[in-house]
Amino acid sequence: MERNGTAPPDDVPVVLARDGQHGPVVHATNRAARILGVNAGARIVDTKAICPELQIEYADIGGDRRALDNLVLWARRWCPWSVRDGDDGLILDTTGSDHLMGGEAAMLREMETQLSLLGLTSRLAVAPTWGAAWALARFGPVRSVCGLDETPWKLGALPVAGLRLNEETLLLLRRLGLKTIGAVMDVPRLSLTRRFVKAALHANPLMRLDQALGKTPEPVASIDAPPRIHVQTKLPEPIQDPTSHLPELCEDLCEQLSHTGQGCRQLHLTVYKTDGEVSSITVATSATTRDPNHLHALFRDKVEKINPGFGFDLITLTAGGVEPLQLVQNSLDGGSDDDLHLARLVDRLSARFGAKTVTRPVLNQSHIPERAEGQIAALAVMDRPQIATPKERPIRLFDHPEEVRVLYAVPEGPPAQFIWRRQTYKVARYTGPERIAPEWWKDRAGARLRDYFKVEDAQGRRIWLYREGLFEDGRGGDPRWFVHGCFA
Amino acid sequence: MRSLRLQKNPNGQADGRAHQTDVAAPTLSEVFPDTAQDAAAVGYMLSRLPKTDAPILWVQDRLSRRESGKPYLAGIGTQHPIIMVDLSRATDVLWAMEDGLRCRALAAVIGEVWGDPPVLDFTATKRLTMRSEAASVPCWLIRRAAATNLSAARNRWRASSRPSAPNPHDAQAPGLPRWSLDLFRSRHLKPGSWVAEYDRASDRLYYDAAPQHGTLDGGDGTQRDRAAG
Repeated sequence: MERNGTAPPDDVPVVLARDGQHGPVVHATNRAARILGVNAGARIVDTKAICPELQIEYADIGGDRRALDNLVLWARRWCPWSVRDGDDGLILDTTGSDHLMGGEAAMLREMETQLSLLGLTSRLAVAPTWGAAWALARFGPVRSVCGLDETPWKLGALPVAGLRLNEETLLLLRRLGLKTIGAVMDVPRLSLTRRFVKAALHANPLMRLDQALGKTPEPVASIDAPPRIHVQTKLPEPIQDPTSHLPELCEDLCEQLSHTGQGCRQLHLTVYKTDGEVSSITVATSATTRDPNHLHALFRDKVEKINPGFGFDLITLTAGGVEPLQLVQNSLDGGSDDDLHLARLVDRLSARFGAKTVTRPVLNQSHIPERAEGQIAALAVMDRPQIATPKERPIRLFDHPEEVRVLYAVPEGPPAQFIWRRQTYKVARYTGPERIAPEWWKDRAGARLRDYFKVEDAQGRRIWLYREGLFEDGRGGDPRWFVHGCFA
Repeated sequence: MRSLRLQKNPNGQADGRAHQTDVAAPTLSEVFPDTAQDAAAVGYMLSRLPKTDAPILWVQDRLSRRESGKPYLAGIGTQHPIIMVDLSRATDVLWAMEDGLRCRALAAVIGEVWGDPPVLDFTATKRLTMRSEAASVPCWLIRRAAATNLSAARNRWRASSRPSAPNPHDAQAPGLPRWSLDLFRSRHLKPGSWVAEYDRASDRLYYDAAPQHGTLDGGDGTQRDRAAG
């Protein structure tokens, strides 16, 4: 709802749903719903019984995860080392960077302010270990700061759910009467070891406790933001035509790409106009490349489409779809591979005429002639082998079958004569019929079957005709005849 | 019997009546179908494509597609992958063909142009011819509803369907396709008319003499010449 700009007021109970094993379950709730007793994990039908005025939206789990990944990089403003923690947390390694914001407590306040400006609610904690920070942020006091030697007693008061264990283990601990982390710490180590010796990490309270107390290391593996491949040219005077600067820009960009061992699949050319506006065009390639001449040639016909306005004084060129591209020797004599040229040809054609005009026909599993042929991108990888059609098929097919008027010899047979495009064709020879039934799983109800005939007229023109439907088949009036293709 | 042998002998020279140069060398050929809906021209052109599995670039303008249909893969066969380009203007068709002829990885470049657009003049065909010969990629131009104006195409054919061969299994049914081919202008070959019969199963094209150029050979009709390339 926030995405659509229709965020509900805080006093309306709202839950996000996701698909569970037995119908949708609650993924997350807002404060009003929590007060009414709706908890995450409950089934939607049950919660509707509890609270009939509940608003339900489907959760976008993948989108949330992507947003959190972006937030990981955004959080580098406070420290250089950050990573996503599960589906709802961030871990920042702030060692040595808290004093820049006036200490740990001030840093937490600053973080909470900045995150709330983004519209996010946050619960923050500082602790010496990942596990302790996780527990304190979720179950501890607001903005708690935990020193190095305070960890055991600060954690001791928290419930065992703060140990990052799975549901079964938590249930087991609760049945054993261990309600807080302190109670787990008080149990003799030997008996815990004996009980959980074979359990995995997420089911082993002892290992989780060691991690939280810092007895077992748990390093933060930070991820790197992909470098932005970007070049620009500043001009002393506004100009109208970027063409003369393109070769240089392309070369600089490709130099950067080859420096990092990468190639790109898209290029965005942006001009910054003197009247404060921005105009940009994009070209795409079908294979990863870093050849400046090729990339430059792609702009050849597109540059006219850029709107220069009153002139521009800054041109930038940004690479998109950056992928690793290793240097490959194609052939022993130093010549290049043929496929590369083909990829470039397809690029040039798609850049000029649009990607939809350059296609490649493939055979599909269908008996209906127009469905037996599909279209894929010109250089797409074939994922299945081509199936040969056992029956004879025409070499030309009309996009839309053309209706003809026929003169019958016998009602169930081929026509004796038909009029197509105002010309009369007398049937001299024919083969058929080949009956093709409608595909009931795709066609609408009432689709009629087709009887295909290959007919040859007196001049030798071989035409693929079909009759749609049968007499008295109860699916419309008399059958109609269509020309669908031509044989060689 | 008047016939043409399009096969190269081991010396690289074409024998038969055409002996000037290598006639199998890739170049620009034009085919003029009799009527727009006659697929004989396409059939003949497909039978002359090189027997490789390299892709074909097939450029079609909108009118050709509407009036004569699109190439249908199930009938053509999947030996060559086809890269289809659907365009609306003849200028774009020529541009795409010329660009395609720079790419040596293609088996052939095929263009279909409707009518007599002003851009398709002698210069345009000359450019296609020279590019095709430089890249040694055969180029075919199928021109429907067109007049046989001035052109630099090395071979210019007229093609139309003829009643097919008798079907050995069913007297009522059409058999192997037959076409009237008329080579009315050529650089390396002697112009003439043929009735060709195409056997799709063995991918062979037989040229027999056209009836108006004298009777078919008095023998049993077994002497047929095979065209390669």
